[in-house]
Amino acid sequence: MLEIITFSTLNGVLYGMLLFMMASGLTLIFSMMGVLNFAHASFYMVGAYFGFEISRRVGFWPGFVVAPLLVGALGALVERYGLRRVHRFGHVAELLFTFGLAFVIEELVNMIWGKLPVDYRVPPSLDFVAFRLFDTTYPAYRMFMLATAVAIFAFLLIVLKRTRVGLIIQAALTHPNMVAMLGHDVPTVFMMVFGVGAALAGLAGVIAGPALVTQPAMAGLLGPILFVVIVVGGLGSLAGAFVASLLIGLIQTFAVAINVSLADMVGGDAASRFGELGHVTVAQIAPVLPYLLLVLVLILRPTGLFGNRET
Amino acid sequence: MLRIAAAFAALALGLMLAPLVFTSGSALTTMSVMGVMIVFALSYNMLLGQTGLLSFGHAVYYGLAGFFAVHAMKFLALNKIGVSLPFIPLVGAAAGLFFGVLFGAVSTRRAGTVFSMISLGLGELVAAFANVLRTFFGGEDGIAANRAKLAPFLGYKFGPQIQVYYVIAFWCFVCVALMYALTRTPFGRMCNAVRDNPERVEFVGYSTQRLRFTAFTLSALFAGVAGALAAINFELMNSQAAGAGMSGQVLLMTFVGGAGHFAGPIIGAALITLLQISLSDVTKAWMLYFGLLFILVVMFSPGGVAGVLALHRPLLRGGRIFRLAPVYAATALPLAALVTGGIVLIELAHHMLVEAQSDGASTSVFHVPMDGASPLPWICTLALFFGGALGLRAIWPKIGDAWASAMMTQTAGKNTK
Repeated sequence: MLEIITFSTLNGVLYGMLLFMMASGLTLIFSMMGVLNFAHASFYMVGAYFGFEISRRVGFWPGFVVAPLLVGALGALVERYGLRRVHRFGHVAELLFTFGLAFVIEELVNMIWGKLPVDYRVPPSLDFVAFRLFDTTYPAYRMFMLATAVAIFAFLLIVLKRTRVGLIIQAALTHPNMVAMLGHDVPTVFMMVFGVGAALAGLAGVIAGPALVTQPAMAGLLGPILFVVIVVGGLGSLAGAFVASLLIGLIQTFAVAINVSLADMVGGDAASRFGELGHVTVAQIAPVLPYLLLVLVLILRPTGLFGNRET
Repeated sequence: MLRIAAAFAALALGLMLAPLVFTSGSALTTMSVMGVMIVFALSYNMLLGQTGLLSFGHAVYYGLAGFFAVHAMKFLALNKIGVSLPFIPLVGAAAGLFFGVLFGAVSTRRAGTVFSMISLGLGELVAAFANVLRTFFGGEDGIAANRAKLAPFLGYKFGPQIQVYYVIAFWCFVCVALMYALTRTPFGRMCNAVRDNPERVEFVGYSTQRLRFTAFTLSALFAGVAGALAAINFELMNSQAAGAGMSGQVLLMTFVGGAGHFAGPIIGAALITLLQISLSDVTKAWMLYFGLLFILVVMFSPGGVAGVLALHRPLLRGGRIFRLAPVYAATALPLAALVTGGIVLIELAHHMLVEAQSDGASTSVFHVPMDGASPLPWICTLALFFGGALGLRAIWPKIGDAWASAMMTQTAGKNTK
């Protein structure tokens, strides 16, 4: 039992930190443009595929550096030539643009790399056992993922809170006109933030690709969860995104580990009254839990846990 | 008023006579699906276009109602109850209404992004539960029912597709008429007001929340009718019908058709269904074309097809539409080059990436044989594509000018009279 709790906590924190790498960019882009970027998870997927393609040709480490940069450039281009154009048609058009983009990216990935998962492997330099606890081993690659995610988190925190660039970004989020009056190029700031957000999602894809499965459905599987994270945390709130990421990471990992159904808990006779629902295990409804949390939070506290704005 | 009556008479006549004009079996199937999708897209536009609510989970009501309809069909056939097929959509309407009330109470408390996110969450929730509850949703295979086993209606057993088409056409007409009538009621007008300026609606003394809730439940009701019609048409429902893919599809149809006009979703549903059925035979990359079409409409014509048509209506009435003919003729060439170039590019890339390993590099696009391994077709296609793009870019401002000048002379002519 202690074993399950320890490893589930570790995996949950890891998954949560990965979620935060993407959610941070998504929530910054939201506060900036007021638009939820449906294509954000697609950048994550593109990152994983770029990482795979580069690691196949050159090696994992060049991919680790280059793939996120490529994805970031792609994101900046999308903002400059797509979103900015659609902006004058209003928020709904912007949202729908990213919705269509996510669709097109998935189809393109389908076309280029095929529908089946690709063989994106953990690099040999990280393919060893990090430590052994209760006779269960923990791979070093997962520790590396955790370290990367924590490093990115620290980096973001320092940039946003302690540097001049962070100051301008924060000001541009709330008072774009004033920042422009002071002589800063606000559209370029937005483009950079969008690009950096996409690059972070790409980096998450590069490091998550070998551990999870690199397949065309990975964006569609993760995208809705990301929305849950930033809505539960409170739209536009970085601290909220952080807490919600960890929360959802832990909930999902623990739920998968619990293989108990209602019938097991209350005894077969009482549960038979619930019919099929009684025999559904907690692990089976694990994918549902984030959405239940979302609906509950939005009913009880529509601004999210840390948010102060509704739309 | 007379014009509206004439339009509905034309719609009824068109629905009645269509099977006599397009007699082939595949045309009949296509038209049946179109009828279903028209109801579904119009119900979606009650939210998006009329009330300004962007939902990402509208297929929930379509799919769940479809399942209830299938189960109702099985139940009626098994117990030999004398309710016949044309009344099944009422089951769908009831199921749609029920879930609309249930989920609407949760989701319509807020508008805007929060509403969209709740609808997305509810959609994922239902899709996830559909995979777990296998008795009701039938797992991977879905639930099948035999429509011919139900009690006959006026002697018809509804085995042949043509009889089913007329059931769908009847309900399609009824739903279109009802939904149109709804936009003309004070309630429909207040929905538009909620979309345009919710704050003022509150000042006038209405509850925006209650208006959104009512619109939502009615929309779910019509989506339920569409789901039941789909169940009748396919005699099969699987959990994908309630999933995110279907929700995306109805959004695509509504938006491409034009959310700002009542007829927009009708155009969109007919167009997208037609493309879907015909394109999937011609090309394997048809999903990509849909995605691109959607993005292009969002970027260049957010009013959809109906929006573009509406721009020409005053000119058509004034009889000055011919003034646009020269500039449209000039646009046709670069546009055709651009579209052809784009299609050949996608097809060539698709062939090289997906099929070249097994079938070799040579293929044919538009019956023109080409070798994907040699640079020549690529260069030609790229030249066609970028030539078209540049030409279109040069001519684009002229279209706007021509349109504006045609409008100008029209209003000027009116003033002198």
